[in-house]
Amino acid sequence: MNKVVITVVGKDTVGILAKICSYLAENDVNVCDIAQTIVQGYFNMMMIVDTEKATKPFAKLGSELTKLGVGIGLHIRCQKAEIFEKMHRI
Amino acid sequence: MLNINEVFETNKMIQDENLDVRTITMGISLLDCADSNLEATCKNIYAKLLRHAGRLVKTGDDIACDFGIPIVNKRISITPISLVGAACCRTPEDYVEIAKTLDRAAAELDVNFLGGYSAIVSKGMTKSDELLIRSIPEALAVTERICSSVNVGSTKTGLDMDAVRLMGEIVKATAERTQDRDSLGCAKLVVLCNAPDDNPFMAGAFHGVTEGDAIINVGVSGPGVVKYALEQIRGASFEVLCETIKKTAFKITRVGQLVAQEAARRLGVPFGIIDLSLAPTPAVGDSVADILKAIGLEQPGAPGTTAALALLNDQVKKGGVMASSYVGGLSGAFIPVSEDQGMIDAVNAGALTIEKLEAMTCVCSVGLDMIAIPGDTPATTVAGIIADEAAIGMVNQKTTAVRIIPVIGKSVGDTVEFGGLLGHAPVMAVNRFSCAAFVGRRGRIPAPIHSFKN
Repeated sequence: MNKVVITVVGKDTVGILAKICSYLAENDVNVCDIAQTIVQGYFNMMMIVDTEKATKPFAKLGSELTKLGVGIGLHIRCQKAEIFEKMHRI
Repeated sequence: MLNINEVFETNKMIQDENLDVRTITMGISLLDCADSNLEATCKNIYAKLLRHAGRLVKTGDDIACDFGIPIVNKRISITPISLVGAACCRTPEDYVEIAKTLDRAAAELDVNFLGGYSAIVSKGMTKSDELLIRSIPEALAVTERICSSVNVGSTKTGLDMDAVRLMGEIVKATAERTQDRDSLGCAKLVVLCNAPDDNPFMAGAFHGVTEGDAIINVGVSGPGVVKYALEQIRGASFEVLCETIKKTAFKITRVGQLVAQEAARRLGVPFGIIDLSLAPTPAVGDSVADILKAIGLEQPGAPGTTAALALLNDQVKKGGVMASSYVGGLSGAFIPVSEDQGMIDAVNAGALTIEKLEAMTCVCSVGLDMIAIPGDTPATTVAGIIADEAAIGMVNQKTTAVRIIPVIGKSVGDTVEFGGLLGHAPVMAVNRFSCAAFVGRRGRIPAPIHSFKN
């Protein structure tokens, strides 16, 4: 499993999740977990996904997701999960 | 499973609080490049550097992309060149040829600095050590990415005062040789006592002879993260203060550990150490001075500064040590002036003097760092400043260093612009009384006694 964390921050609108999930499905990225909150009208979401069977290299997935986000006014980042696990788990 | 708050906490550190990995430094031994022919030595050095570090920058960039954490610098440290060139260099100019070769390799590899144009003369200088030292002004003037360091003493050997005196002259000569660039050469020259063999930070990085053939050392950073954490607990007790610094240092260092292990794995080079230093940059919010303010000082330099810095330095180590499998290098809070906007402000406000900075270096890494002084400061006074700082290191069994820039043509009140990570600095006043007769003595100061520690 290649565990990757996708974070999405921006103004809450209809269809954010749909757009991101469609992109992930098109590229064979499996969604493992989703958590989201709305803070002062701002949409904060974290997805844990598995890119093991992804059809594109990690860097390309990351840049395409960021681009997708820019189109709908969202800041999307794609990071390998180890950075969070290392920092917050002993 | 990760929770959303943890994920956003990490990303907030990166995006808003300037968390980054300051440097991945590959240490490379050049001992096997030595030849009695200068041209052959240069050829060997160039080939070995390209062979080992060919993928360094690309690997660093890939890791940065994977984890979403900036890795600001990719650098190289090498065996002290006085050793590598000893068999083939007959004049200072010969050493300068090696410096040019190193600079070409650094440019080809796209690393921003290469450290190790160095000599270790803690007890005495060989002929080749002295030739290298005398070549430093020219070497730093004709190269762009080379950093030079000279270790003039240690707790075990005492201080080589002949080297200290010579370095006073060399610092001045380097300033004069690069006066068209605000004496920038001196920003890449550091004089050390108790220099570590595995320091990843410039300008004092070199790959010591105690090290293996190649190694990956990583320097983490994150003053902004510590400052933000402390702003949330204003007025809290020392217990809470120390716990907060420790926990924050732990988190910062874990990122460094991850990056170091990943870089070592991808490059097929052993992981050496994490350097636990809090390294500021001139960027607003990336300042050790701001941490001192958050601890409760109006300005760095105010009474209490040394105590606050001692506390900070110790807690950073306590938090960081558990986060990493190997810790080394300088490991502490850096207090450069030109590279820290808060320190610059404190100098301009009249709060911070060289004497107070010297006191601060007793309790933190590393020393008098990136301090601009008047260009007409005599070489003997520079040597006196070096001797004072080295004595602090020698007696307290710690690394100390001097990186001061006598800016030719400038005096107290002027400002110097170095650019980039080196920042800008107000020219600071130096005590005008002479120490020429003291530093003019020949020989060395004996090693201090290691017992009767009252």
